[in-house]
Amino acid sequence: MSALARRFTGMRAVLRREFRGYFASPLGYIFIVIFLIASGYLMVSRDFGRFLELREANLDALFSYLPWIFVVLVPAVAMRLWAEERRSGTVELLLTLPITLEGSYLGKFLAGWAFLAVSVFLTWPAVFQVARLGDPDWGAIFASYVATLLAAAVLLAIGLFFSALSKNQVVAFILAVAASVGFLLIGVPQTQEFVGKWFGGYVERVVSSLSLLDHFEALTRGLLQLNSLLFFVLFTVGWLVCGMLVLGQTKTN
Amino acid sequence: MTETDHPDSVPPAAEAEAGTAPPGADAPGEVLVSVADLTKHYGAIRAVDGISFEVRRGDVLGFLGPNGAGKTTAMKMITGFLEPDRGSITVAGIDVAADRLAVSRRIGYLPEDAPAYGEMTVEAFLGFIGEARELEAAEEAIERVLETAHLRSVRGQTIETLSKGYKRRVGLAQALIHDPDVLILDEPTDGLDPNQKAVVQDLISSLSSDRCIVLSTHILDEAERVCNRAVILSEGRILVDSTPSALVTQAPGHNAVRFRVTEGDPADVAETLAAADWCAGARVLPGGEVEAEPRDGENRLNDVLAAVGEHRIADVRVREGRLDELFRDVTRGVAA
Repeated sequence: MSALARRFTGMRAVLRREFRGYFASPLGYIFIVIFLIASGYLMVSRDFGRFLELREANLDALFSYLPWIFVVLVPAVAMRLWAEERRSGTVELLLTLPITLEGSYLGKFLAGWAFLAVSVFLTWPAVFQVARLGDPDWGAIFASYVATLLAAAVLLAIGLFFSALSKNQVVAFILAVAASVGFLLIGVPQTQEFVGKWFGGYVERVVSSLSLLDHFEALTRGLLQLNSLLFFVLFTVGWLVCGMLVLGQTKTN
Repeated sequence: MTETDHPDSVPPAAEAEAGTAPPGADAPGEVLVSVADLTKHYGAIRAVDGISFEVRRGDVLGFLGPNGAGKTTAMKMITGFLEPDRGSITVAGIDVAADRLAVSRRIGYLPEDAPAYGEMTVEAFLGFIGEARELEAAEEAIERVLETAHLRSVRGQTIETLSKGYKRRVGLAQALIHDPDVLILDEPTDGLDPNQKAVVQDLISSLSSDRCIVLSTHILDEAERVCNRAVILSEGRILVDSTPSALVTQAPGHNAVRFRVTEGDPADVAETLAAADWCAGARVLPGGEVEAEPRDGENRLNDVLAAVGEHRIADVRVREGRLDELFRDVTRGVAA
């Protein structure tokens, strides 16, 4: 076994257990229903997506609001993953099995991500409708799904970090929502204007390059740019590594 | 890969008879757990303070001690969940600090309060443990431990709906699924009713023959029932390392003679007995009985009968030492 594979020993077992766990309780189904209602509403609402009014054969009306739905729903998916293990003491069982901390952490992340992917792909009727009504840009739709999954990954890594930090699921949820909102707000025009006015153009460009929304929009336009892809990968990995370090400290408390 | 190269292991019964001999002296089972100078601090508090011991195949070692004595901390370090500040631990010849994964494959661990995923069924939970342990014949292993831990009837129930006794047995089943050489059980019977306790204790006794078991408890009867070695811990240090039967003889009041005086004054009898040089003390108990305690812990029934003289006595009993009295005696000295 290679050293890298050894480091993630036990990942598969944890992934399978956690993924099944979403469907063993009502939580998973409730999440999917709320997600689909919210995304569908924002897509067709006159105040938000205006899909019906715009009469365009694309899914911008759907995808541009998904990060804002994720801000609340992804922390809900993540909150129990470690907080519950620590509260109930099962973390001691888990980490004395032939499972490494890294393996279990990544396993939980991938389980949550796979669950989010299932939810996201359940928006397929929207794709079906667009294809029926017009001639959509399939590249942009594909890129939008990639961008959505990458945004879900970053926000899930943030949620998992706070779940490792707090034994209390509610606290983990609130902190994760706050951090995610902050992460998204960096990207709204008002914030960027404010930063530009007070700190100058250079700082504004730096802050803008850290904006999840900017990179997300760049990807949904159908451009799978390397820098935007790297942004998501690096932030996801960064939050995951921080979460593993935190868990190493908090597991025994 | 484990048992074949140790033809010299001796049944544990031989060792239980060892009495006052040093534990394990006449039972050359291989050393499965070896702990040297183990130390762990929590901030300024020294939870475990330089303990050393060895446990051999066939041994059932009981960790006794008041709450906060360091029993749980020591077990968490043996299983690799906690890292020691100082000292070394080897399990089945493998250094825990160097290769926790290899050690975890040789250990079955029941953490305190037997944590388990409550939303899973017993069967699914054991399936997960089997998968995590990469068992080749997982189905057979699950059937085997369901049988061993008497869980057949609840196999399809979610764990959160089970009673404490069943939950504890699920924890034991999980620890046994890979048939480990070393079992670490943290308070396996704590919080169970007397019937459930007996079931779990019988289960532990039945497991002891070809492996080594380390268990913690603060129930001293339990140590007498299931352990062939007892270590008393207090404030992170080992105060006593002996066998339960040897501990009984060291307990205060071991072989004390108790009787009722039917003719004559009990106070006179007590006074006469107290004057004898073998006697550590004699007194009249609140119920009117007289109790004489020997100085050397030997059975002094004949001396008592001789000293009583023409007084008539009845209901004569020689008392066994009680572990809880020894325990209080030993641990009080440290706390003071």
